[in-house]
Amino acid sequence: MTDSPIVVEADRLSRRFGPIVAVNELSLTVARGEIFGLIGPDGAGKTTVLRLLAAVMPPSSGQARVLGFDIRHQAERIRQAIGYMPQKFSLYADLTVIENLNFFADLFNVRGARRHQRIAELLAFSRLAEFTERRAAALSGGMQKKLALACALIHNPQVIFLDEPTTGVDPISRREFWDILSSLHVQGATIIVSTPYMDEAERCSRVGLMYEGRIAECDTPDGLRRLTPGELLAVWTPQVMQARRIAAALPGVLEVQTYGDLLHVFVHDAAAIAPQLAQALAAAGVPVTEIKRAQPRVEEAFISLIVGRRAAT
Amino acid sequence: MRFLHVLIRIFAIMRKEFIHIRRDPRTLAIVIILPIFQLIIFGYAVTSDVKHLPLAVFDQDRTAASRALIEAYRNSGYFDIAYYVSTHDEIAYLIDAGLARAGLTIPPGYSNRLARREQAEVSFIIDGSDPTIANTALASASAIGQAHGAELLQTALRRGGTLPGLLPGVEVRTRVWYNPNMRSANYMVPALIGLILQTLTALLTAVAIVREREQGTLESLIVTPIRSVELVLGKIVPYVVLAFMDMILILVVGTYWFHVPINGSVTLLLALAALFLMSSLGIGLLVSSAARTQQEAMMMAFFTILPSVFLSGFMFPIASMPPVLQWLSKVIPLTYFLVIDRGIVLKGNGMDILLPQVTMLTVLGVIILSLAVLRFRKRLE
Repeated sequence: MTDSPIVVEADRLSRRFGPIVAVNELSLTVARGEIFGLIGPDGAGKTTVLRLLAAVMPPSSGQARVLGFDIRHQAERIRQAIGYMPQKFSLYADLTVIENLNFFADLFNVRGARRHQRIAELLAFSRLAEFTERRAAALSGGMQKKLALACALIHNPQVIFLDEPTTGVDPISRREFWDILSSLHVQGATIIVSTPYMDEAERCSRVGLMYEGRIAECDTPDGLRRLTPGELLAVWTPQVMQARRIAAALPGVLEVQTYGDLLHVFVHDAAAIAPQLAQALAAAGVPVTEIKRAQPRVEEAFISLIVGRRAAT
Repeated sequence: MRFLHVLIRIFAIMRKEFIHIRRDPRTLAIVIILPIFQLIIFGYAVTSDVKHLPLAVFDQDRTAASRALIEAYRNSGYFDIAYYVSTHDEIAYLIDAGLARAGLTIPPGYSNRLARREQAEVSFIIDGSDPTIANTALASASAIGQAHGAELLQTALRRGGTLPGLLPGVEVRTRVWYNPNMRSANYMVPALIGLILQTLTALLTAVAIVREREQGTLESLIVTPIRSVELVLGKIVPYVVLAFMDMILILVVGTYWFHVPINGSVTLLLALAALFLMSSLGIGLLVSSAARTQQEAMMMAFFTILPSVFLSGFMFPIASMPPVLQWLSKVIPLTYFLVIDRGIVLKGNGMDILLPQVTMLTVLGVIILSLAVLRFRKRLE
C-alpha cells in the first residue's frame, strides 16, 4: 500500500483479442478520492480497461499500477486491496443474500466481530436487510446489483472498480445506486466506474470519454462541456423536424440535435444567431414555445466529439 | 496464520459447493440414480450368465431313459424345455425364429444302447449367434450329459453288485476358481466401482468448474485472494466425498443384493480407490480447462468415459484385443484399477500382488493431475 495521491496509473495499455484491438495504448491516471467515470458507447473498451486494471486479465502490452502494485506481477496484492464489480451478475444465484455475503467474507478473511459489523453495514446501506434469506436469483435487477456491490465491498477496499453497475436497472434504483456511490466517495473511497449513460458523468469528479479503445477526452464534467464547439441554443417547438431543417440551413449553425420537442442548436455565437433563428422559424410558420441559451451536457459534448472524429476519418 | 486463511478459503468453496449440490436436482440425480441405474444394467441386463435358455426337444426314443435325460437338462436350471417336437425341421424352424436357443435330439434306440452298455449318443444344436452364450451353453450341455451318463453307469454297476468306489476309470474334473459359479455380477459389480468413481468425479468436477466460467462467477472469484490450487481443492473435495459415498453404496448393494463376496480388505480397496481418483479428477480438470460451456464439458467427459468402458477390460477381455488397442488400454487408468478392484474383491489380493498396478496408477495419476493443474489458470482468457 502506498499513500501516494495517485491510485491508478496506466501507461499505453493495450489488449488485443485476436485481430480486434479492444484497448489501444490507453494512458490514464486516477487520484485518490476521485470518482472517475469511463463513459462511452458499447464496444468502446470500457469493460476491458476495468478488467485489466482489476488484474482480472493480463494486458497485451503496456504497463499499469494500481495502488503502486504492478498489474502483471502483483495481481494478488491488487486483489486484496480493491473491490471489483463485474458487469454481468456474477454471484451465486442459488445462494441466499447472506450466504453470498458470508462466502465472500470467507474468501477475503473478514471474520468474527468485524464480519458481523461489516455485513450489518452493507445490508443497511443496500437496503437488503429484510431479504437476507432470499436466493439471489429471486432478487430484482436493482437488488442484484446492490448485492453484487455489497459483496465487492465486504473487505472495505480503498479502490472500487464498477463495470456498468446501473445498466439494465430502473431509474429509481439507478439514482439510489449513485447515492450509495456518493456516500462511499464521501467516506474516502476512490471509485472508477464505467457507464454508457452520459447523465451519470455529471456525478463524477472526472470523466474519460472512451471511443474505439482509447480515451478520446479526459476532463471534469465542466471541462468536457466547454469542449463542445461553440454555444448551445435550446429551442422548444411542436414541429421539430421542420425547425431542424430550417436551423441546419442557417449560416453560423454548427450542428443540430433533436430531443422530442426540444432542438439543440450548436452555434458560433449564440447572441447573434438567436434572433436570426427566431426570425427564420417565424417566417416558415413554425411555432416556437421558447428559445434560450443553454449549458451543453456531457452527452452533447460527447456526441459532437464523436461526430467530429468520424467526420475526420 | 496464513495457513489458516488457506483452509478458510478452501472450506468456503467446499461449503458453497455442497449448497449447490443440495439445491441442484440434476447433480443429486446423477449422484444417486446413476450408480443404481448402472448396477441394474450391469448386474442384470449385461450378463453372460446362461439361465433358462428355451430348449426344443425331439425325443425319438420315448422311453423312461430318454425322459430321465430330458429331466436332467431341465433340473440343471440352464435350460427350459420349451418345445417337444416331432421332426428335425421343427427344431431348425424354432431356432431360426429365435423361439428356441438350442435343440436336443434323442435318437431311437437310445435306451436300448444304454441297456446294452454301449455308448449312447444324443445330438445337441445351439444357436451360435451370441458366441458368449453359446460357449457357456454348450459346455453346460455336455457337462449335463456327462454327469447323467456317470449317474447311469453308477446305478448300473450298483445293480451288478460292484462297489463304485473301486471302479477304475478316467474322470475329467473341471473347476473354476474365484468365481465358481461364473456369475457375471461377481465380475461386473466390483468393476462398477471403478466406472462410477471415474464418471462421477470426471463429469461433476468438470461441470462444476465450467459452470463458474459460464455463469460469470469465475470473474468474481478471480478478484478475491483465493489461489487456483485452493479453488480446485475446494471444488474437488465435495465430489470426492460423493464418489466415496457411491462406492460404499455399490459395495453394500453388491454384497447384500447381488451376493458378491468381498474376499479382500475393504480398507485397501478404499485407499487404492483414492489413488485412482487422482487420475479421474485430473481428467475432469483437463476437461474443465478445455470446455467453454457445461454442455461441452459433459460431452467431453463422456467422450473420455467411452474408451474406459471398452478398452479397460471392463466389458471385454484385453487379451483378445488387437495389439494397438491393447497398447492403448495400458494408458487408461481404469485398466489398472479394475485389476486392483476385482483382485481385492474376488481374489482377496493384497498389496504384494497388486504392486505393479498400483505403481502404474500412481504414475498415470501424477502425470494427468500435474498436467491439469498446470493448465488450470485463475484468469480470464
